[in-house]
Amino acid sequence: MGDIRVMRDDLLPPAPTERRHLLSIADVSRDDIERLLATARSFSRSLEREMKKLPTLRGRTVVNVFYESSTRTSSSFELAAKRLSADTMSIKASGSAVDKGESLKDTALTLGAYDPDVIVIRHPQIGAAHFVARVTKAHVVNAGDGKHQHPTQALLDLYTLQEEFGRLEGLHVAIVGDVLHSRVARSLIQALALVDARVTLVGPPTLLPRGIEALGCETSTKIQAIHAADVVYVLRMQQERMLEGANYVPSLREYTARWGVTPERLREGQKVMHPGPMNRGVEIDPRVADAAEALIETQVRAGLVVRMAVLYDLLTTGPVGVKVEALHEVA
Amino acid sequence: MALLHARNRPKDNLILRGARVLDPSERVDAILDVRIDDGTISELGSRLDPNAHRVIDGAGLVLAPAFVDPHVHLRTPGREDEETIASGTQAAAVGGYCAILAMPNTEPVVDSSAVLGSLIERARAEAEVPVGFLAAITKGQEGAELSEMAELADSGAAGFSDDGRPVEAPGLMRRALQYGAVTGRPLALHCEEPTLSRSGQMHEGTVSAELGFAGYPSVAESVMVERDLSLAAFERRPLHVLHLSARESVAALRTAQAAGVAATAEVTPHHLFLTDESVRSLDSNLKMNPPLRSAEDRASLVDALRDGTIQAIATDHAPHARHEKEVPFEAAPFGVTGLETAFSALYTQLVEPGILPLETLLTRMSAGPTAIYGLPAPRIAVGETANLVLLDVGASWQVEEEGFRSRSANSWLLGERLTAKVRATVAAGSVVHEA
Repeated sequence: MGDIRVMRDDLLPPAPTERRHLLSIADVSRDDIERLLATARSFSRSLEREMKKLPTLRGRTVVNVFYESSTRTSSSFELAAKRLSADTMSIKASGSAVDKGESLKDTALTLGAYDPDVIVIRHPQIGAAHFVARVTKAHVVNAGDGKHQHPTQALLDLYTLQEEFGRLEGLHVAIVGDVLHSRVARSLIQALALVDARVTLVGPPTLLPRGIEALGCETSTKIQAIHAADVVYVLRMQQERMLEGANYVPSLREYTARWGVTPERLREGQKVMHPGPMNRGVEIDPRVADAAEALIETQVRAGLVVRMAVLYDLLTTGPVGVKVEALHEVA
Repeated sequence: MALLHARNRPKDNLILRGARVLDPSERVDAILDVRIDDGTISELGSRLDPNAHRVIDGAGLVLAPAFVDPHVHLRTPGREDEETIASGTQAAAVGGYCAILAMPNTEPVVDSSAVLGSLIERARAEAEVPVGFLAAITKGQEGAELSEMAELADSGAAGFSDDGRPVEAPGLMRRALQYGAVTGRPLALHCEEPTLSRSGQMHEGTVSAELGFAGYPSVAESVMVERDLSLAAFERRPLHVLHLSARESVAALRTAQAAGVAATAEVTPHHLFLTDESVRSLDSNLKMNPPLRSAEDRASLVDALRDGTIQAIATDHAPHARHEKEVPFEAAPFGVTGLETAFSALYTQLVEPGILPLETLLTRMSAGPTAIYGLPAPRIAVGETANLVLLDVGASWQVEEEGFRSRSANSWLLGERLTAKVRATVAAGSVVHEA
């Protein structure tokens, strides 16, 4: 009976590789970005074929956990996984055990018990994706954690810019609006700095975080500062995050009058982006949103191929990001 | 009325043999034997005859006055799952403390002599080292009405504090200072301007800008420190500022002291050790109020500790249940433990690299806090009650979650390797810890 224990070398389980996640743009390198964008381009070509589904991730499981409402991000992650033939499961906070007061740890452990390959998580609290990465064995993709990070949004924005301009280096992007409450802005500023693009933040002084220049950008409170940029990236005025009486701006009316992006404030040919969902008539004039210069639908299409690239990269190739450096394992 | 309370335990007869006896206030620094008879230091000398006394070998170790922690949360009454008087004072013994002071922000708040009396009774039954209790400045710590401070002082309150929150209304703060003349006990103030710190999760600066956290700016502390110092100057009353964190607050304190205001302050080991940079790990055990601040703030706190602008080191030991800290940073409660690691942490970070003399650290952990609260300072002299700590400054150890006597393990040092370990603690004449 003893020889049952003898295993051939090639039957031994592979040495455990470092668990990889995509939690923050702060963890990725320029090489990572270039590799991901190249992968996304190749997926884009494959999607032009009649048979859109690739067998690449057959037998893999991707779990989407969304604690905040989302149309774009959750649907594109789900479709990205399906296009790669992965099994997917989507969980929303409402209608789940979360409604019954289950902690994030218990939800993560429950989902982890199914041995998913990837957990995609959106959560209203900063650090939620890092936390899940500490307590499960899955690769974790941060689909937005509070005001902290939304790394796949930044990657799809870079992809969109690359497709439009044929380059990223030296591009000048003006990001306009509520930077303080924007995880999109934080990820995008870091991503643009990595590829040597120039970033100008424009908005009311109350919505430009103190010290943000350290990320490698300049700031201005004057809307005229968008003039020199190649691209104007309009942020959503996140009214749902505005505390009652916090007085970041006296009124939305005053915000729109001062910082709203209108056709009159744009140069001829200046491109416009927005992460969605838009507040037409608040941060962006409807004429701007519907104009040919707007790349907003391109961004949505880019979201699919970029998220395919992220899933593919985590499950097949070299490192995206770093392992979670926990002071201690809480698992 | 005694201010410190512990369970009755037999006083020890001991010889502490051959340690480097270091008591800065007594100007003692020599290799000596110390004889303790029935809990009292009876002789300092060399080659003392044991005479059937138990001998603890101190060769290669430092024997110093034991520490006093002026700022501990014992979570009793109300959250005995997080800490009890027994577990908190055991943790104190492990950390080298011979006395601690507990803050009144419990459930219920210590704002009546009935609650205070029940705590004192419990301390007499289960406290391993003597513990004193502060009472609330305002009823329920709600900042609306003064608690019955005179009666609380008569019932044994060691001081008054609304710790955890500020006395928001300046008019009420002024009344509390005025009324302090009646109680004779110190006012210890948590300085935070709530409309400036509101929803703040960490220090406001480049790290919070990057991580997206709502900021708790330095100025939220310093404007309140300045206000309270102005009121204290106007009323000519002393005050004590809790857990100082910002360099602007240090500057205000220094100016007030130079102008003759009787203001004292304390600082925590974590504010002396860490900066907001470490919050990048998003570890909820790095979340505390006030928050970890910038490298410049940290340097300013070290300077103030060295030159005596800050008189005391206080752990602000704040135990939290594991499940409450095992959540994303943003959802976690403020507070970290510290009793069992304070000396080792500060020795490792400040003394070993030559930033702070060992004598200064010992003074700020012992004589400093006792002076603020008018407690007798532990001294190594004949006739004094033995309150001693035996320190192995050559030891190296790793902080592990399993190793704590505290009921909670929300330490900011988990997994860290530290130099220096407390080998023995003698509190009120009894050996309360040996390792």
